[in-house]
Amino acid sequence: MAKITALTMPKFGLAMTEGMVAAWHKQPGETVRQGEEIADIETSKITSAYESPAAGVLRRQVLAPGEMVPVGALIGVIAEPEATEAEIDAFIAEFLAKFEAERTEAETEATANPERVETPAGLVQYLAAGPADAPAIVFIHGFGGDLNNWMFLQPLLAERFRTVALDLPGHGGSTKALKQADPAALARFVLATMDALGIGAAHVVGHSMGGAVAIAIAQEASDRALSLSLISPAGLGSDINADFIRGFIEAKRARQLAAVLQSLFADPALVGREMVENVLRFKRLDGVEAALRTLADAHFPDGRQAFALREALARFPGPVQVIWGVQDQIIPPAHAEGLAEAVRVHRFENVGHMAHMERATEVARLIAELAGGR
Amino acid sequence: MSKKSFRQAVNEALRQEMERDPTVVLMGEDVGGGMGAPGEDDAWGGPLGVTKGLMSQFGRERVLDTPITESAFIGAAAGAALRGLRPVAELMFVDFMGVCFDQIFNQAAKFRYMFGGTAKTPLVIRTMYGAGFRAASQHSQCLYPIFTHVPGLKVVIPSSPYEAKGLLIQAIRDDDPVIFFEHKVMYDDEEDVPDDPYTIPFGEARFVREGEDVTIVAIGRMVQMASKAADALAKEGISCTVLDPRTTSPLDLQSILESVQETGRLVIVDEANPRCNIATDISAQVVEQAFESLKAPIRMVCPPHTPVPFSPALEDAFIPSPEKIAAVVRSVMASPTRQAAA
Repeated sequence: MAKITALTMPKFGLAMTEGMVAAWHKQPGETVRQGEEIADIETSKITSAYESPAAGVLRRQVLAPGEMVPVGALIGVIAEPEATEAEIDAFIAEFLAKFEAERTEAETEATANPERVETPAGLVQYLAAGPADAPAIVFIHGFGGDLNNWMFLQPLLAERFRTVALDLPGHGGSTKALKQADPAALARFVLATMDALGIGAAHVVGHSMGGAVAIAIAQEASDRALSLSLISPAGLGSDINADFIRGFIEAKRARQLAAVLQSLFADPALVGREMVENVLRFKRLDGVEAALRTLADAHFPDGRQAFALREALARFPGPVQVIWGVQDQIIPPAHAEGLAEAVRVHRFENVGHMAHMERATEVARLIAELAGGR
Repeated sequence: MSKKSFRQAVNEALRQEMERDPTVVLMGEDVGGGMGAPGEDDAWGGPLGVTKGLMSQFGRERVLDTPITESAFIGAAAGAALRGLRPVAELMFVDFMGVCFDQIFNQAAKFRYMFGGTAKTPLVIRTMYGAGFRAASQHSQCLYPIFTHVPGLKVVIPSSPYEAKGLLIQAIRDDDPVIFFEHKVMYDDEEDVPDDPYTIPFGEARFVREGEDVTIVAIGRMVQMASKAADALAKEGISCTVLDPRTTSPLDLQSILESVQETGRLVIVDEANPRCNIATDISAQVVEQAFESLKAPIRMVCPPHTPVPFSPALEDAFIPSPEKIAAVVRSVMASPTRQAAA
């Protein structure tokens, strides 16, 4: 019998439970290579490309654009050309019966939700996933981000690591109070979170301003950072896109904010209205604008980066890697130059400031490799 | 973040603003309840329990039970707003506006203009609207088009608990008179609502979902009806954008026009009576400004031009349903495609 492959609703991130096809890029009857983009999948957070898991011919589009279905539901069928229509019908019928049965079972399983813990540094919201006895990875988002920035990456690493993505103060569901906003203060906030969760040392992954925080952790408590993975980090040069920082703080409406968010990605089409709405939901909260201004004043006064952390990074004895999108419009990729020889630098073409979202699979592999995984 | 009902979302918005700002006061019939009567204080919290608990937290100084005299207490609230308070007055059912409309449209709405821009009137009037509550024709109307017609008033019609909290806090902080509409059958609807205070700006529509074939603009409770219709239509391969204007004054016409330019088809769902309502207003403005984008005639889904019937069967038939909306969308899709001008 010819090989038939189910195309199913992918799971982008631990919290994703459903999604829809925003658009099909292949019509039934078209030949598809493995890894080729065949559809856009839209979730409440982001629109992302769906890459074909197999080579063959797209035989059926089971799901029409716009219809919301649970993760794992059948959206289409790819098969070798010799598969008959009857075989494909039988395949679909069998898949649907099995999926329904498993779904009923799975409904009792809890989905991953962010949790909150009080620490001496304030209330922290975090999302934990993965075996509790495995080596820990801590994810630190950038200015204006939150733990959802790791939604594509975290599940890929949660199989073999104890992963914790947290919201920095002033962000997401963590405290909106920011007494001190410098990297050292934010590092202490992360360390307090690790204390509260019983994590002695962790592989630290930081993005943008969170990269500067990661370096500050290595500076404050080098024994608690097992390795550093820095994605488009702040702290390695003085340039910063001041228009982005100001625009992000000031945008109150979707139209303004969409234009600002688009500068984060090499492909602006990744920014859907839902993503904008999710960021607006954060920005609408009382205290957020003030917290963002406090952070921006501390980190990026007069449109320049205030904290130079190259020397601190050089002193860190553990393994370090720097990951940068070549099309980064927020912090120039040139900041990755001139680092110590031991620092591994990885550059991605056609990627902007958000390599962990734009190239989640590759970035996850790099982090796992540095952390001593396979 | 936790699940909250529409009722809890409104209550929390009022409580948090009263905690933040001592000039925020509540007034209305039974908003505390039981004033001057023996028995439990604060027994009512309004006819549907929306303001329950606020009188015991803030006292009778800030939660004022008023006589059944809308003309007096709405007028008093307008005057108090002019003199520095931020009153939130409850006009129990919007159907009662007839007895206090002078205070609203000749006084509160005009102060800013008639005093040369020197007067602020930070007044909120909360009021219940809508059919489906078996409350007959004098307690079931959707009179927001009448307020939308009057310059100087802002008109807010939240479509969910999240929207209600953010829009009510914005209304209280706004320096102009705001009429805030709460649909009585939505009070038990639940969704995730942040615990912290937040504001949603007026005049910016919400894209509830995005599609390619048809734009459905829906007002207030009709947003959930339109979303159900869009779910059903998606299974048939018709993909709909659902737009919630949030506020009818100011109205985010730009988002509606942008969406119509994308889809070329427009269906407007409004629970208000069909003549001179929000649907007719939006329809006229879209025809005037984006006629070239339309591939098919605009359709409106509204109740018939009658009072809301008291017979439950007739009342149910009166309200635009997901089925009716879906049928109208199908007819729009089926109408011969007009060659839209390039």
